[in-house]
Amino acid sequence: MLKRSIENLGNRTIQGVWRIGFAARFFLAMLLHSGTAFRRFGLTIREMYFTGVLSLIIILVSGLFVGMVLGLQGYETLQTYGSEEALGILVALSLVRELGPVVAALLFASRAGSAITAEIGLMKATEQLSAMEMMAVDPIARVVAPRFWAGVISMPLLAALFSAMGIFGGYLVGVQLIGVDEGSFWSQMQSAVDFEQDILNGVIKSVVFGVAITTIALFEGYDAPPTAEGVSGATTRTVVTSSLAVLALDFVLTAFMFRGIN
Amino acid sequence: MQHDNLVEIEDVAFGYGTRPVLKGVNLTAKRGQVIAIMGSSGCGKTTLLRLIGGQIKPGQGTVRVAGESVGELDPAGLYRLRRKMGMLFQFGALFTDMSVFDNVAFQLREHTDLPEDAIRDLVLMKLHAVGLRGAAQLMPAELSGGMARRVALARAIALEPTLVMYDEPFAGLDPISLGVTGNLIRRLTDTLGLTSLVVTHDVQESLKIVDYVYFVSEGVIVAKGSAEDIRASDLPYVHQFVHGEADGPVPFHYPAPSYADDLRLGG
Amino acid sequence: MNKTVLDLWVGLFVIAGIAALLFLALKVGSMSAVNTSDSYEVVARFENIGGLKPRAPVKSAGVVVGRVADIRFDNETYEAAVTLRVDKRYAFPKDTTAAIMTSGLLGEQYVGLEAGGDSSKLKDKDRILITQDAVVLENLIGHFIYGKAQEGAPQ
Repeated sequence: MLKRSIENLGNRTIQGVWRIGFAARFFLAMLLHSGTAFRRFGLTIREMYFTGVLSLIIILVSGLFVGMVLGLQGYETLQTYGSEEALGILVALSLVRELGPVVAALLFASRAGSAITAEIGLMKATEQLSAMEMMAVDPIARVVAPRFWAGVISMPLLAALFSAMGIFGGYLVGVQLIGVDEGSFWSQMQSAVDFEQDILNGVIKSVVFGVAITTIALFEGYDAPPTAEGVSGATTRTVVTSSLAVLALDFVLTAFMFRGIN
Repeated sequence: MQHDNLVEIEDVAFGYGTRPVLKGVNLTAKRGQVIAIMGSSGCGKTTLLRLIGGQIKPGQGTVRVAGESVGELDPAGLYRLRRKMGMLFQFGALFTDMSVFDNVAFQLREHTDLPEDAIRDLVLMKLHAVGLRGAAQLMPAELSGGMARRVALARAIALEPTLVMYDEPFAGLDPISLGVTGNLIRRLTDTLGLTSLVVTHDVQESLKIVDYVYFVSEGVIVAKGSAEDIRASDLPYVHQFVHGEADGPVPFHYPAPSYADDLRLGG
Repeated sequence: MNKTVLDLWVGLFVIAGIAALLFLALKVGSMSAVNTSDSYEVVARFENIGGLKPRAPVKSAGVVVGRVADIRFDNETYEAAVTLRVDKRYAFPKDTTAAIMTSGLLGEQYVGLEAGGDSSKLKDKDRILITQDAVVLENLIGHFIYGKAQEGAPQ
C-alpha cells in the first residue's frame, strides 16, 4: 500500500516535470512562430473579438460592482477615522494596484481561458490540427500564436476598463449616494496615485497575467487527450491552474514592485 | 525524375511506446492507381498513413514518397512534400469555425498569393467536382456526414496534389453516400491523375473501385493482389474478412486467461 | 460572423481600453510626476527626517513643486542628505528654507520650501543651508510631560 502510493507520487512527479518541459518548449515554439500573427494581423484581430470583446460585459459589470462595494466598505471604515475624503485614494489605489489586474485576470481566465482550451482541445480531438499539419500549415503559427497575442493585447485593456469602471462605481456610491465631497474625492485620488508606481505597474501586472493565462489555456488545449473527458478535464485545469498562477504571480510582482516604497 | 512508384514503403516497423504496431511492412503504390489498405480495426492502417504523411517517423525501414525519404526530411522539406499530398480524415476534420467555402480555400490562401477572384473560381470548381457548389456558404455543422466527407475531399484536392490519402472514407455513411463517395474517389483519381491510398475496412465498397489491395493484420502484410485476386482468395484470413465471418484466424475473443480460471471454477 | 462587423467591435474594444488607460493616467493618477529632463536637484541636510520617504511631495505655499528623489545617510556628519527634485518652472532664492512637515496630525510627511529674500536663485546640485527637522511626535510628548513635571516640581 505504502509502496504503491510512493510509486504513484514518483510517477506523478515525473509526469509533472515532463509536462513543464513540454510546456516550456511549447511556449518557445509559440514565440518563434509568432510571425504569422503579426504579418496577417486579421487572424489576431479575429481572436481579439473572441477573447477580448466577448469578455467585456462580465469585466465591465464586475468592475462596477467591485467599485461600488469598495465605496461602501471604504466609507464605513474611513468614517470611523473621520477621513472620508480619502475614499477616492482607497478606491483608486486598491483597484489600480491590485483588484483591477487580479480580478480582471481571474475573470478572463474563467471566461476566455476556458473557451480557448475547449476550442483548441476540440480542434485536436476532431483532427483539425492534424489536418492542418497535413496541409503543410503549422497549427502553432496559424491557430495558437494569434490566440496568444490576442490574449496578451486584450488583458491590459480589460484590466484598465475594469479599474476605470470600478472607480466610476466607487464615485457613484461615495459621491453621488453617500455624499463625500466630489472635489476632495478626485483631488486626493490624484495626489496619491502615481502614474509610474501605480498605474504603469498595474499595466505591467496585467500583461504578465495575460501571458500566463493564455499560455496555460493554449497549452492545456494543445496537450488535452483527444476525448470528451480529456477536453473537459483540460478546461477545468486551465481555470484552476491559471487562477493560481495569477495569484502567485501577483504576490511575486507586488513584492518586486512596491518593496522600495514602504 | 518520374518514379513509377509514388509511394514506396520498405520493411517499416513502428511502435507506440513498447507496443509494436507495424512489424516490417512492404508496400508500393503506382502512380494513377487506387490502392486499398484493409485490415481489422486497430491493426495499424492509420499508422501507415501517418508515416507516409510524416506525422510520425518509422522506427525502422524507409518510407519514400516521390523518391524522398519522409522520415529523414527536416520540417521545411516535410511541409514542401505535404503540399503535394492531400489527406481525407476519418470524419472530415473540417475547420468548424469556417464556412465550407473558406475550408476549401484554406490551403489556397495559406500557400498561394492568388487574388481573391481566382481563389473563388478554383474553390467553386473543386466544390462542383464533389457536387456541393450550392453548399459553399454553409457551415460544417450544417452538413451531413457524407457531405462533410465530400467537402473534405474537395479541400484535400484544392492544391492539386499527386497523392491523396483517405482514412476510413466509408465509415458511418449510408449506402447512397457510400456509393457516391466511392465513385468520387475513382473518378477524381482518373480525371486529375492522382494516386489514391484508401485505408478502409469496408470490403465490398472498396473492392468495386480499387486497383490493388493490401491486407494488414497484426502489423504485417498478410495478402495483396487485385480486386479479383482478393475476391477469389482462399487464404483463411482474407476469406474471413471478405465474407465477414465472426470467428476464424481473427478470433472473436481478445486474448485472455482460460475462461474457467477467470471464473474460479478450477478450485 | 461578418468580417467588417468583427473588426468594428475589436476597434471599439481597443479604443475603449485605451480611453480607460488615459482616464487612469490623467484623471486618477498624477501624470505630473516631475520629469527628470525639466527639473533640477538640490540637497538639503536634516538631523532628523522623521518618516519622510522617497517620492514624497515637495511643496511651497501648499503647491506641489517637486518630489523627494533620494534619501541617504551621511556617515561623516551623521545627518540625512535628502535630494529634492524641483520642477524647472519654479526657481527659489538661495536662502530658501526647507522644513519637514506633516499634512494633518497623522498624515504623510512632505518637504516644505519657504522662499527667502536672496536675489540669486538655487541651481542644480546646490545645497539648501537652512533646514528644519521633522517634528517627532514622541519627542513632542516627551517635552510636554517633562515640562509638566518641571512645572510641578517646586511645589
